[in-house]
Amino acid sequence: MIRLPDPKPDVLAKRDAVIAGLRAAVADDEGVIADPISLKPYETDGLSAYRQMPLAVALPSTTEEVAAIMRFCHANGVRVVPRGAGTSLSGGALPMADAVVVGLMRMNQILDINYPDRCATVQAGVTNIGITNAVSDEGFFYAPDPSSQLACMIGGNVNMNSGGAHCLKYGVTSNNLLGLKIVTVDGEILSIGGEHLDAAGYDWLGLLTGSEGQLALVTEITVRILRSPEGARAMLAGFASNEIAGECVDAIISSGIIPVALEFMDRPAIHACEAFAHAGYPLDAEAMLIIEVEGSVAEQDDLLARLTTICNRYNPVSMRVSQSAEESLAIWKGRKGAFGAIGRISPDYLCMDGVIPTSQLPAVLRRIQEMSDSYGLKVANIFHAGDGNLHPLIMFDANDPDSFHRAETFGADILKLCVEVGGCLTGEHGVGVEKRDLMPFQFAEHELEQQRRIKSAFDPDWLLNPSKVFPLRAPTAVPRAA
Amino acid sequence: MTPTEAEAAIAGQIAAARDPLLIRGAGTKFGMLRPVQAAGMISTAGLTGITLYAPKELIISARAGTPLHEIEAILAAHGQHLIAEPPDLSALLASPPNTQTLGGVVATNLSGPRRVAWGAMRDHVMGVRAVTGRGEVIHSGGRVLKNVTGLDLCKLLTGSHGTLGVMTEITLKVLPAPEAVGTIVIPGLEAEKAVAALSAALGSPYGVSGAAFLPAEAASWLPDRIAPGRSLTLVRIEDFAASVAYRSAKLMAELDLFGAVILDDAASRKLWARVRDVRLLPVMNGEGIWRISVRPSSGPGVLRSVPGAVGYLDWGGGMVWFAGAPTETTHRAIEAAARAAGGTWTLMRAPDALRSAVNVVPPEAAPLAAITRRVKRAMDPRGILNPGRIYSGL
Repeated sequence: MIRLPDPKPDVLAKRDAVIAGLRAAVADDEGVIADPISLKPYETDGLSAYRQMPLAVALPSTTEEVAAIMRFCHANGVRVVPRGAGTSLSGGALPMADAVVVGLMRMNQILDINYPDRCATVQAGVTNIGITNAVSDEGFFYAPDPSSQLACMIGGNVNMNSGGAHCLKYGVTSNNLLGLKIVTVDGEILSIGGEHLDAAGYDWLGLLTGSEGQLALVTEITVRILRSPEGARAMLAGFASNEIAGECVDAIISSGIIPVALEFMDRPAIHACEAFAHAGYPLDAEAMLIIEVEGSVAEQDDLLARLTTICNRYNPVSMRVSQSAEESLAIWKGRKGAFGAIGRISPDYLCMDGVIPTSQLPAVLRRIQEMSDSYGLKVANIFHAGDGNLHPLIMFDANDPDSFHRAETFGADILKLCVEVGGCLTGEHGVGVEKRDLMPFQFAEHELEQQRRIKSAFDPDWLLNPSKVFPLRAPTAVPRAA
Repeated sequence: MTPTEAEAAIAGQIAAARDPLLIRGAGTKFGMLRPVQAAGMISTAGLTGITLYAPKELIISARAGTPLHEIEAILAAHGQHLIAEPPDLSALLASPPNTQTLGGVVATNLSGPRRVAWGAMRDHVMGVRAVTGRGEVIHSGGRVLKNVTGLDLCKLLTGSHGTLGVMTEITLKVLPAPEAVGTIVIPGLEAEKAVAALSAALGSPYGVSGAAFLPAEAASWLPDRIAPGRSLTLVRIEDFAASVAYRSAKLMAELDLFGAVILDDAASRKLWARVRDVRLLPVMNGEGIWRISVRPSSGPGVLRSVPGAVGYLDWGGGMVWFAGAPTETTHRAIEAAARAAGGTWTLMRAPDALRSAVNVVPPEAAPLAAITRRVKRAMDPRGILNPGRIYSGL
């Protein structure tokens, strides 16, 4: 079980006063949750192995209400855990016993859509897909597309700097933002950036993005919206080994083509997804690539022909170039259903999120297979081959504590391996509580200390989402930025 | 992470320093922002060399003092390029051309015309090593394309003008360079109509990667007169040759660009290099230079609102370059224009007296300014790195 800091006894003791203070800050009577049954859904997030009931939940509807909550919590030394849709896979929204969860799901309004300037301003509780849905009639979309995009909220995307399958071309969340409205720990409302590019001064927009709720609460976001391409089509190619598929990825990148997506699946992932989605995946292949290109039909034809030529040089055991949008959807169906597919063959699984230099893929997959054998746990690997983001899905049985413990250790070993070969602990899921204690594998103590000082500059008393990102230690040892 | 010998030397110099230090790469951008009063100096000029280039992984790492043109050359030899197309502002800033360093470009976060479609320098900084004001060598990010491990100090250091740390090594994401470039040139539009055309082009599915408006006076600075005496609205497409031809034709047909002409690959490359390097700004010796970033549709209004200043628009209308009398009066007008449009300004060139006297970038709201001071103190507790470069007293 994950270790959390001791709850503050004084805060626990004044629970009723805290709830009254929150009720004063939030206009709606139902905007503060305090009874245990209603609090239950907030005890965990997408990393459901960890659970902790919060002190209370506040559900503000406006930035001003968020500011009022923060002023009250700051004045009373109450810790705050921000929460969007609760889809974090790293436990970023895991509550603490003495903390108020500030849920932003009621802030679900699209405030402005500006097509001439290609941007939209939305509240933090708008879902990722909700932005695209709001602008798709005009042929626009919001580019980052995490797998959870139907549920996850843009505020959470900003805090985790979420990616998706299409970031090779379109970048991650931080590359698609123009402005934020934030509430500081002491309840000040601040605007960062706006509708323009590259605000002068320090890049607060860049620092806040991916800060996992450590620096401020994000309540409004101005995102860039892009015109959708004329069309997109996918192809799939199966290969006799991970090495050969890896070489093919290198050849594609070297050819000058920037595919909009370049996804790699290993044999266990192919089999699981095929059994679930019947997408026509090659069961005799050791590895498979899904490659997607964009443009007019003629441009797609040209790019797919170039890609076919490249793939053919690596003796594919199978290859299928989609002839239509429907066929492309079918190719994607298996990949997009990967989590459900694994869920069907294993009662529980951990979705890991390391990044490696793409050249290391075959070696890393070999090592992961060896670990899988030694831990006695099955693993399937899905890989954003264009950007080196590896998602091993480790299968275990949560009813068996030993199985869970082995899965966690196996996952940690994979992430340490990612760092060892020149990569990093997390590409798009964030550190949260899940990878918190692995941070010393990537950063020296003085480097973590430097990051802690930046946090302290925003949050001197460490009230914002404490116990995440940074390895725990006695709170008194936290340095103050003076 | 072990410091290199050169990093250890810089760390030692910083740790031992009692007085402010000027942080210098090639010194080509000293003319920007506020002048720094410093007794000592740290130069990254000796920190040169490409330390890693993995074309198949779209990654290049180099020491901060590496001349940018060396990086551009090795990328070009492998058919790749710097995505943000950073400018060489030596003509504007009275510094020797082709000498700027990687560290200088990243520390100032300067991006060229492609920024509007493909992101700024800061978007492609994947990893940095730096020496903080504490004399500690730290790293953030790495040599992979995706990384959300811990706070993103790459973003904080990029564009921080050497005030938070001395970057020693930088890793960038790169991409394949396009096979071909084409430009649609529309002569004679008013600024509003020009920006409407640029917005339509950028809002089309045709992958526009450059969108600028040159009023007649700026257009007259082109060596090859395309339409003498008239403004020029420029739309760039970069891709495989067949796509450039197809997309240009589609844009011409759909946008009703009366009188537009298409420039070929060679002419396009020359033209956009001039736009990138701000060589089309009608600027006289001794004049001040500003840039204002606003939402693109506000660009035409801003362009008209500074009496006595001339300029042009890049980034689809959102980046306004201005030249004018280097006086507080002009500067106040620049500030007012940027504020009215909800945007931001940067003083790029002016005499030291003016640079020291005005807000070279917008002042921050009081609570944010307090955070800024605390972050500066967290990185540089003694306030010795480039003090006063961005904000007076910081």
